[in-house]
Amino acid sequence: MYLDFEKPIGDLETKLAEMKQVAEESEVDVTKEVKSLEAKILELKKDIYSNLTRWQRVQLSRHPERPYTLDYIQGMCDTFIELHGDRAVKDDMAMVGGFGTIGEQTFMIIGHQKGRKTKERQVRNFGMANPDGYRKALRLMKLAEKFNKPIVTLIDTPGAYPGLEAEERGQAEAIARNLKEMFMLKVPVICIIIGEGASGGALGIAIGDKVMMLENTWYSVISPESCSSILWRSWDYKELAAEALKLTAEDMLQHGLIDGIIGEPLGGAHQDPSWMYQTLKDELSKMLLELNELSAKERIAKRIEKFASMGVTVEG
Amino acid sequence: MSWFKRTEKGITTPTEEKREVPDGLWYQCPECKKVVPTKEHAEHAYTCSECNYHARIGSKEYFELLFDNQHFTELDENLVSSDPLTFKDSQPYPNRIVAAQKKTGLKDAVRTGFGKMDGMNVVICCMDFAFVGGSMGSVVGEKIARGIDHARKKKCPFIMISKSGGARMMEAGFSLMQMAKTSAKLALLDQDGLPYISLMTDPTTGGVTASYAMLGDFNIAEPGSLIGFAGPRVVKETIGKDLPAGFQTAEFLLEHGFLDFIVDRKEMKKRLSDLLHMLSK
Ligand SMILES: [Zn+2]
Repeated sequence: MYLDFEKPIGDLETKLAEMKQVAEESEVDVTKEVKSLEAKILELKKDIYSNLTRWQRVQLSRHPERPYTLDYIQGMCDTFIELHGDRAVKDDMAMVGGFGTIGEQTFMIIGHQKGRKTKERQVRNFGMANPDGYRKALRLMKLAEKFNKPIVTLIDTPGAYPGLEAEERGQAEAIARNLKEMFMLKVPVICIIIGEGASGGALGIAIGDKVMMLENTWYSVISPESCSSILWRSWDYKELAAEALKLTAEDMLQHGLIDGIIGEPLGGAHQDPSWMYQTLKDELSKMLLELNELSAKERIAKRIEKFASMGVTVEG
Repeated sequence: MSWFKRTEKGITTPTEEKREVPDGLWYQCPECKKVVPTKEHAEHAYTCSECNYHARIGSKEYFELLFDNQHFTELDENLVSSDPLTFKDSQPYPNRIVAAQKKTGLKDAVRTGFGKMDGMNVVICCMDFAFVGGSMGSVVGEKIARGIDHARKKKCPFIMISKSGGARMMEAGFSLMQMAKTSAKLALLDQDGLPYISLMTDPTTGGVTASYAMLGDFNIAEPGSLIGFAGPRVVKETIGKDLPAGFQTAEFLLEHGFLDFIVDRKEMKKRLSDLLHMLSK
């Protein structure tokens, strides 16, 4: 599947496939032509993907073939045991979590979960968690703390669910509690934006010692579409809104609102998922090593200090 | 307030009377339409003597209602917004800020007062809805964070009066992180064992509700206040149905277990100080 701005790549790749097929059927030697076309495609890709607009990044972050939380877990963990439920109301399918081992280390891995096919998308509520999801996440974080296991959260949500029952069960309270509690977790906490990082729904599991964004993701206070509808009073200004919000990984790093960027394969994580899983695995090990150098007290103090210094004001 | 009574009032002459007096001397309740002298309305803590409607008021009025002899020290009063993203929609963000400052006489959407309430030291941060819808940007986050720091320094209770539409979009990522920042400071207040009263007033929604407003040791609200995460319009669009009567009101939140109690503004100072004094005994 090609996004609108990827169409030129799609055209060349179709041409390449045709060329290969013709060669196979006619036994004509097209090795040279294939090579040259492949080189041309690579050049085109490099050109397109190194000049992405902010809105195009948003599109990539939502690419339907992009790996989701459970894909990462499966791709990275030797063993994973999913743990369900918030012990109060239900099991929120838009938020998953459990213990997983990567090499010799057991992690608590928690993340928003989107669905891929129509039915699964509904079951996963499009990755929009209810309060029960945030409470499940907190329960699992406390469990990790009890067994002294580091926590990894994978963020990929278009927002916390704005439904009637979500309000009845205290969506705001659930998110707020997570923010405060996550600051006091004694174990290392690593947060990775793997897709969409929309507002409080993302932040509700994104208070960590390390907050990283994959290269083609976005993180902000509101989606470009909603921002467009509020500030421009129309849904048509999403590209402008994306530019104004400065929501890419580079923007967020430049403003000191995240700790780093993790590169993706050319064209996005879905172009080479195994490479992506291996890269994230390596990054997690490196970050954990670094965080283990500090005591729990030091980590908490640094975590608080980092977020407390975010913001730009002027003493008038 | 019943409907027939309301109609009855429409027949009588208060609106006529109102036209005959200069503006500003009379207050008409938007709920029951009762007209009273502005002074009397203020003496009633800006609530309606007929139907108890709590009018939206700002930091100036709350500070007058809560601090002894209306005396307090304002903290960080000159802190103002910057424009880190050079944000522009129909107009540049700095223009909006300047316009709001001119219109309201305020610097941003929150003010901090330190003073005595029934003889007890307290820090009160109070939001002003009149300033860009009480939206939370870096100034709001920073002033609340410093307010909490001040309470920790003085070892006194912290009171937050929220009144906000949520995040300030024009500060995007910075705005979002104010939720984290204020929550971090409240975690430290917890560690120090100091009380935090969160008073939610009409309206309290979005990222403000989903951070400091819901994190009180005591979550309380004024009667009838709209309190929620998503605004009612968004919830209605999501479920594709009309919302039940009373949805997202303070009374609704009390019923669902998210408030400790609802407080009438006329009794607010006494209730707050009774509570805090109990904790100090
Ligand atoms: Zn009235």
